[in-house]
Amino acid sequence: MRVILERSNLLKSLNHVHRVVERRNTIPILSNVLLSADGASLEMKATDLDLEVTEATAAKVEQAGATTVPAHLLYDIVRKLPDGAEVMLKTDEDGNAMSVISGRSSFRLQCLPQSDFPELSAGSFSHIFRLESAAMKGLIEKTQFAISTEETRYYLNGIYFHAIESGGKLKLRSVATDGHRLARAEMDAPAGSEGMPGIIIPRKTVSELQKLVDDPDVAVTTELSDTKIRFTIGSVVLTSKLIDGTFPDYQRVIPTGNDKKLVIDRESFARAVDRVSTISSERGRAVKLSISEGQVTLAVNNPDSGSATEELAADYSSDPIEIGFNAKYLLDVAAQLSGSEARFMLADAGSPTLIHDMSDEDALYVLMPMRV
Amino acid sequence: MRHPELYALHIAHIDCDAFYAAVEKRDNPELKDKPVIIGGGKRGVVSTACYIARINGVRSAMPMFKALEACPQAVVISPNMEKYVRVGREVRSMMQALTPLVEPISIDEAFLDLAGTERLHGLPPALVLARFAQSVEKEIGITVSAGLSYCKFLAKVASDFRKPRGFSIIGEAEAVTFLAEQPVTLIWGVGKAFAATLESDGIRTIGQIQRMERGDLMRRYGTMGDRLYRLSRGQDTRRVEPDHDAKSVSAETTFDTDLASSADLVPILRALSEKVSTRLKKSGIAGRTVVLKLKTQDFKIRTRNRQLGDPTQLADRIFQTGMQLLAKETDGTKYRLLGIGVSDLTGVEKADPPDLIDVQSRKRALAEGAMDALRDKFGKTAVETGYTFGKGRNAHPREDVED
Repeated sequence: MRVILERSNLLKSLNHVHRVVERRNTIPILSNVLLSADGASLEMKATDLDLEVTEATAAKVEQAGATTVPAHLLYDIVRKLPDGAEVMLKTDEDGNAMSVISGRSSFRLQCLPQSDFPELSAGSFSHIFRLESAAMKGLIEKTQFAISTEETRYYLNGIYFHAIESGGKLKLRSVATDGHRLARAEMDAPAGSEGMPGIIIPRKTVSELQKLVDDPDVAVTTELSDTKIRFTIGSVVLTSKLIDGTFPDYQRVIPTGNDKKLVIDRESFARAVDRVSTISSERGRAVKLSISEGQVTLAVNNPDSGSATEELAADYSSDPIEIGFNAKYLLDVAAQLSGSEARFMLADAGSPTLIHDMSDEDALYVLMPMRV
Repeated sequence: MRHPELYALHIAHIDCDAFYAAVEKRDNPELKDKPVIIGGGKRGVVSTACYIARINGVRSAMPMFKALEACPQAVVISPNMEKYVRVGREVRSMMQALTPLVEPISIDEAFLDLAGTERLHGLPPALVLARFAQSVEKEIGITVSAGLSYCKFLAKVASDFRKPRGFSIIGEAEAVTFLAEQPVTLIWGVGKAFAATLESDGIRTIGQIQRMERGDLMRRYGTMGDRLYRLSRGQDTRRVEPDHDAKSVSAETTFDTDLASSADLVPILRALSEKVSTRLKKSGIAGRTVVLKLKTQDFKIRTRNRQLGDPTQLADRIFQTGMQLLAKETDGTKYRLLGIGVSDLTGVEKADPPDLIDVQSRKRALAEGAMDALRDKFGKTAVETGYTFGKGRNAHPREDVED
């Protein structure tokens, strides 16, 4: 294999691909990126056996061929080469090593045979639809923070995507929960998503996808079956296994009868939560909200360091209530809300609270209170 | 009592002699002149042997059948942990009357720092200790051995030196000469395996280590080499720390016969989970990581951990998590021991928060609370889950014993 290409093209593609490669691998080939030069492009592929990312970039192919080299090493080399440089990748005759040559710099990397590189066989897909990347980004970002990291409940370790009829319209919904909070976002279902199975996209795939949809001008093509999913974003193809499990009936969790309505300025609320929670030395301490007519008092009490309170004006006219929430969870939700006002629907100090964006009905959040 | 450093030494180690056996002998004078072994079950191990049994070759941690081969006339008593814990606490509170700096090592053993207590007691530490040993004997009815030195390592060595009813003092001036003649196994952290490694390098006595360079020892044995270097020269700067918080809470049991199937193992896991949970609830703590321990037929230990989203003190969560870990290990391998525990201990404030998704867990937690209340009132077996009910001895293990 001998190929010459722009350092910036190589770097951009490697940047997308190399992140999939785990830093510590027991199987040596999984540390490597597969390079295949053919026609007028160089294709790069990396996998962790659950997730595979492929990207092709324009290149001058002098001799077609393929090999694998350590992904992080190659990425680090290319990253340190000067901007605007041209890079030549060239394998030895026996295929045991590959040279990376740019200007007066030259590196030799050990190769593993491309025939050892595992293929994540995708099988056939039952559904295909296209979304603007901003729409995909919205579905992910509004829910991602609530994904559970608890291994015991592996079926919560991802975002649940499904198509569902709501208010007479078909919606594409994303839901994530860790048992303490739940986030739900939705949009009008794109053509092709009708009848798709409910699927759970693993956390790592979600975070890779999130990085790939940063460019608002490209569309995301999604193909899926009930075990695999493939996203095509421009020249990048991301294929992933899905979590083999049943997502719980989340509808049951979303309270419908909460009758105490609190409307509050989102930004001043978020800032106040951030300020009072300074006093809590550890993560996960409760902020107590004392809500009465026209006002909310936030309080944090930490027996080790002291206490803090802050008062905020609010739109509230039900019976006074005191309720505690994990400060971090409140901040996470506040960070997702986009409107100027947030609406809380409360029942009592022990029941789940519903939080909405005043301006955006497409996202909702449920928070379990804490004992205070 | 005479020793040149008698008034300067202040780190003490106190160890009850054959503690469980001594308590049983105290409570049943008929046992006084008989060999007594405390331990459980057909397949259990010796937890404590009294000194008469020890003369016959019985040792702690020896399998019971071997112990009975060595000493067939021995009286075997199954351990009554609650009693031992009670007596252990009595001894500990007597220690705490001497100094607030008491660092318990186990139920019957502790380090004490007696520095600065001469004014209080009107006596130097050595005499305070001697008097303490006498009063434990008189008031509690068991004997202790004590060691006094300038550091923890040698205080422990001293208390072991003339057991039972021993009292030894090792001063700083004599430490190096004293240690030179001792075997390497005296050093804290040198067990059978490491001693064998040292033996293969031709090292048997501490004196040999004293003649080696620190760098050389560290190259050969890593961090342990550093410890060998320091302890062999009697250098030990560890302080007596009174608040050694527990790092984990666990329970384990050795079976009568080796078990492989989950049908056999699950009831035991349930019983042990309940035991761990009871201890957590009693101490007002919770744990965030569940640890499963298995010992295979050929004595290999397998431990498996899983971190929970939130700390727990519920038997149900410990058990359910343990089940998931156990499921991967029930592959036909035969096990002789099963243990379950929690680490990453925290207070109860954040333990077992209500869950949005798992509504069953709340019901099970309430049911567990009701079971606890019934057990408090009517005894441990008043109410049982189907996992353990009617499942016999293995699912109803005795309190575990560690010597």
